[in-house]
Amino acid sequence: MESLLTQAFNGLSLGSVLLLVALGLAFTFGLMNIINMAHGEFIMIGAYVTYIFEQAATHFFGTHADAVITWCFLLSIPAAFIIVGGIGMLIELGIVQFLYKRPLDTLLATWGLGLVLQQLARTIFGAPNVSVASPSWLNGSLVISMGLLLPYKRLFIMALALICVTTIYFYLYRSRSGRCLRAVMQNREIANCLGVRTRWVDSMTFAIGSGLAGIAGSSLTLIGPIGPTLGTNYLVDAFMVVVLGGVGRLSGTIIAAFVIGIADTIFEFTTTASLGKVLVLVLIIVFLQWKPTGLVNLSRTK
Amino acid sequence: MDKNLQLLINRFKSFSSMVLAVLVVTLTLSSCANSNTETSQSNSQPAAAAAGIKVGILHSLSGTMSISEVSVKDAELLAIKEINAGGGVLGKQLQPIIEDGASDWPTFAEKARKLIQQDKVPVVFGCWTSASRKAVLPVFESLHGLLFYPVQYEGLEQSPNIFYTGATTNQQIIPAVEYLLKQGKKRIYLLGSDYVFPRTANTIIKAQLKAQGGTLAGEEYTPLGATEYSTIISKVKAAHPNAIFNTLNGDSNVAFFKQLKDAGISADAIPVMSVSVAEEEVRGIGASNIAGHLAAWNYFETTKTPENHKFVTAYKTKYGADRVTDDPIEAGYFGVYLWKAAAEKAGSTDIDKVVEAAKGIKFSAPEGVVQIDDVNHHTWKIVRIGKFRKDGLIDEIYSSVKPVKPDPYLTSYPWAIDLSKATRAK
Repeated sequence: MESLLTQAFNGLSLGSVLLLVALGLAFTFGLMNIINMAHGEFIMIGAYVTYIFEQAATHFFGTHADAVITWCFLLSIPAAFIIVGGIGMLIELGIVQFLYKRPLDTLLATWGLGLVLQQLARTIFGAPNVSVASPSWLNGSLVISMGLLLPYKRLFIMALALICVTTIYFYLYRSRSGRCLRAVMQNREIANCLGVRTRWVDSMTFAIGSGLAGIAGSSLTLIGPIGPTLGTNYLVDAFMVVVLGGVGRLSGTIIAAFVIGIADTIFEFTTTASLGKVLVLVLIIVFLQWKPTGLVNLSRTK
Repeated sequence: MDKNLQLLINRFKSFSSMVLAVLVVTLTLSSCANSNTETSQSNSQPAAAAAGIKVGILHSLSGTMSISEVSVKDAELLAIKEINAGGGVLGKQLQPIIEDGASDWPTFAEKARKLIQQDKVPVVFGCWTSASRKAVLPVFESLHGLLFYPVQYEGLEQSPNIFYTGATTNQQIIPAVEYLLKQGKKRIYLLGSDYVFPRTANTIIKAQLKAQGGTLAGEEYTPLGATEYSTIISKVKAAHPNAIFNTLNGDSNVAFFKQLKDAGISADAIPVMSVSVAEEEVRGIGASNIAGHLAAWNYFETTKTPENHKFVTAYKTKYGADRVTDDPIEAGYFGVYLWKAAAEKAGSTDIDKVVEAAKGIKFSAPEGVVQIDDVNHHTWKIVRIGKFRKDGLIDEIYSSVKPVKPDPYLTSYPWAIDLSKATRAK
């Protein structure tokens, strides 16, 4: 029973990690149809933002006091959103905007960009992984019973994913800017006719997607490695979630993240880690053969 | 007449611009080709290059493996610099030619071919993963090159064109399992990355456990680069092992140790014995996450020999005080010295002569005296087991004191006869 509950928690936890990783891609790939191969590198930059914050603070205050580390970590999350979002916007203005309607060229360009960013990180921070001390209140677990421990870091990531999704919901469906974004993605010409600045919306959407990747990177420092190749570990997962969920549907991304997360943990627990991954991939492929548009259908009037 | 002259001038102009273009292209290409070498010699001056000895260095300087391999390259360059400062080899300066294997096995094979055929290097120091070594092995054998391989590996291999300066299984993995069993840790859980080294290592460990009274609590492999270990940790908990034997490689170790600690498993409850985590990797894992766990190697930064003191000081002076040394870094370093000793004994850099002269050659390395075996091209090394400290360095808690004879095919272990037979038959 306890191991069952632990596994249920692990499934939800993996689901929220996948969701955080895929949310940004749901904007750039899902809404804008840009095959953004540099998404993983945006995640990587987000992780390094947290690292820089901690380095700077411990250097500036000259202490590793817990309060300093806590505030650094908490502040680095919105900072990662703003910094990586800014970088995303520059990249949209400098590269991606010239490649709309040329998906294959975008794929190549963003892939190359990913390599450049990776090597840049390697040059600046060195090839080995770096480590970030996490705030002490995130160490350890919430003890429900002897066999059921819920690590605080996992709970924090779940909460963060929830906050991101809620914020995105209010932005998209309750704000003027979000309404413009949806209008442009649904029918660019009409939106343009009605006075929406579509170019500005494109840039903003790409920036938001990149910024969300930054948040993912920042939070992943809690549980994973921080190195130049961090992003490549998550890129495939992110695409898998968005494609399974249905390109263009944020609700699909959310559902798909938890479906994959839970399926992955169930298969991994009952078989082995390698076979579990294979089974998940097979299921996704079979499902997409049956329903190529993904879990949540979008009947878009063209 | 004027018209003809004009034509001539035009032709000349277009010709000269063409020449210029060709020149520019050639210059760019040659500067690209030379950007990887640290020598000032360009490829078009073979006569000048003959004054020194070109040696190859082949590691991943980009991609996922660069995490580990860049430091080994640095150590090899340090050895070359020291040797050059002391007069070189056979009176000639060594000129390192550095190639990037890019964490991609076919690239390793291609670059190895380039070093042997184009640069005609008498020796290459390089590789890290077994996959890259297996990729270059046929190249070194067919083109008759010479490779010094600096990393511990799964054994069951021996090539006339390779010297192995890292540990084989009976100098690292088997003693580590014996140590656990002696400590009363009989139920062992095997966790590794899904490729040739962990799978071969675990096949050996399973045979050893059977023969020496241990039990297998479980066995799991995760893809290289995996970062999610919560389910595996649940399985480990359910299996109640006394210890985990960890053959994970690369980034996965960071995720595994972070998540293990958060799941409330302490080093006292279930110690993890790692064979691919050294001082260098701890910096990414975070020392507090791994403190108290165990590692099996032949060398630690804390190893107390005069040679090590000198080596650590030189390494930190050259590359920065925040850098650490570890086992493969040290093996890369003394590999260059072993080759120098062999070449000087042979009086030549000719590969056949060097291989012949290398038999039984000794060197006082930072880890202690190492010696190339007379027969199997591996190195005699002291076995050490250590415990991670809170500052990320490793304290030695066990040492074999004397160097252990390398036995890549495990012929001295009765329980391993089937394993070595199966491999030799291939």
